Amino acid sequence: MEKILRIKNLYASYTDENWILKNINFEIFKNKITAIMGPSGCGKSTLLRCINRMHEVIPGAKVKGEIYLQDKNIFEMHPIIVRRKIGMVFQRPNPFPTMSIYNNVIAGYILTGVKLKKEEKDRIVEESLKKAFLWDEVKDVLHRKGTFLSGGQQQRLCIARALAMKPEVILLDEPTSALDPKATRMIEELLVELKKDVTIILVTHNQSQAGRISDYTAFLYMGELLEYGETEKIFTVPEHPKTQEYLSGKFG
Amino acid sequence: MKTDKIFKGILWISGLFLFFIFLLIFISLFKGSFLSIKSFGLGFLFSKEWNPVTEKFGMLPFLAGTLITSIIALLISLPFSLSIALFLGEYFKTGFISKFLSYTTDLLAGIPSVIYGFWGLYLLVPLIRKLEIKLHVTPYGVGILTASLVLAVMIIPYASSIAREIIKLVPGDLIEAGYSLGATRYEVVKKIVIPYSASGIFAGLLLSFGRAFGEIMAVTMVIGNFNFLPKSIFSPANTMASVIANEFTEAVKDIHLSSLIHIGLWLFIITFLINFVGNIVIKKFKVNERITG
Repeated sequence: MEKILRIKNLYASYTDENWILKNINFEIFKNKITAIMGPSGCGKSTLLRCINRMHEVIPGAKVKGEIYLQDKNIFEMHPIIVRRKIGMVFQRPNPFPTMSIYNNVIAGYILTGVKLKKEEKDRIVEESLKKAFLWDEVKDVLHRKGTFLSGGQQQRLCIARALAMKPEVILLDEPTSALDPKATRMIEELLVELKKDVTIILVTHNQSQAGRISDYTAFLYMGELLEYGETEKIFTVPEHPKTQEYLSGKFG
Repeated sequence: MKTDKIFKGILWISGLFLFFIFLLIFISLFKGSFLSIKSFGLGFLFSKEWNPVTEKFGMLPFLAGTLITSIIALLISLPFSLSIALFLGEYFKTGFISKFLSYTTDLLAGIPSVIYGFWGLYLLVPLIRKLEIKLHVTPYGVGILTASLVLAVMIIPYASSIAREIIKLVPGDLIEAGYSLGATRYEVVKKIVIPYSASGIFAGLLLSFGRAFGEIMAVTMVIGNFNFLPKSIFSPANTMASVIANEFTEAVKDIHLSSLIHIGLWLFIITFLINFVGNIVIKKFKVNERITG
């Protein structure tokens, strides 16, 4: 199976005192959904942010170690190139309120000043919205602001916005934690469908979600990667006692 | 329970008291300008003649002088206030430089306006005079441009602090979304931060405009006190506030005094409206921010 990302000896921190992530080593498989789980404060989001260098947006952030996208170390690439290849969807839906739905989808191109022809824009918008299961709901209101959409629709719009940049990997940081069960289910189905095209890494607090949709699971505890492997195996026969405790709901 | 009621009562009384002061000011201005209103009516707004000898009074020169100086001041200060606001609200939110710069701008706001007037008289007037000689216009030194420059410096702290507050309200997750799409900091500022805060920044400008509109001392010192419609930005002129300050003590005739108060009435109404609209837009911006962000 093809590996798309290799994380080697990764340490990360926002302060001078202690590392939030300690010596993380694992590999992510292409066209699979990998879930990162663990209790609050274990470093899940930090790990996710390191993968497209979004941790650098927070002042004082520093890292040690390497992350390879295919064979290139992302810390030696330009962060802007890294972020174009590795897209991100956030916990709270955050479409741009000043832009129409149409412009939200191609926001990545608008922001970076890439000029596209009208037909090209139309094609990208339609394709991305279809992939994000949103096309039928919004195809008649494309030029309205996206703020009247429901939370689930807004989150799918954010997924379409990430997809429009044709990334190789999409990172999702608890993308359904602000949504109701119905909207959550829809996003889960969508992610399973999407893995044909992109590799998905998902931080989730929700165990059953990880169980339902992920192929691989990484279990993080106090900044260390305690266990990583096929989701089925981790959920049925976890090796580490801490994983077992977490899965049985002893802490969270 | 009882102290609670008493406290609430005191708050009510002070609130109503303020409202009555506002109302009384309006009534006394109206009473004071009654003679002028009766003689000139609405024509007062549009007549360009201000002549104490023939007792013909119209405030158009002063309205024009005020509008022109305030607008030029606003245009000059805009790039500076916006840069300071972006610097403090987005680029350097914390740290030594940020603290230093924000203290300095706050300090600018605290300087008495008569000091700005002196600064204008001793530094700007000679400079403008030199410029005027070079451009072959009458070298008064004082006039619209000089007043606008002084006003521009005076409103920078005001406009930049409102704009900074507004820019700080731009939700962090929108900025992050921008970065995650591969945008640079400049692109994020230009295409996310500024469009998002546009209405709030506009309101901040409106409030600064209101401030420039009513400024008296510094303007009176450098505008030249000339009661005719300004012909160019180098013309000496008068603003609504400066003509009142200049002529109030020497107005002996009732109609002259009444006309000055009449200008005051309009100044009161206009600044009230500007502040009212500005505050409404800012309030709306803050409410919007709470819902979407």
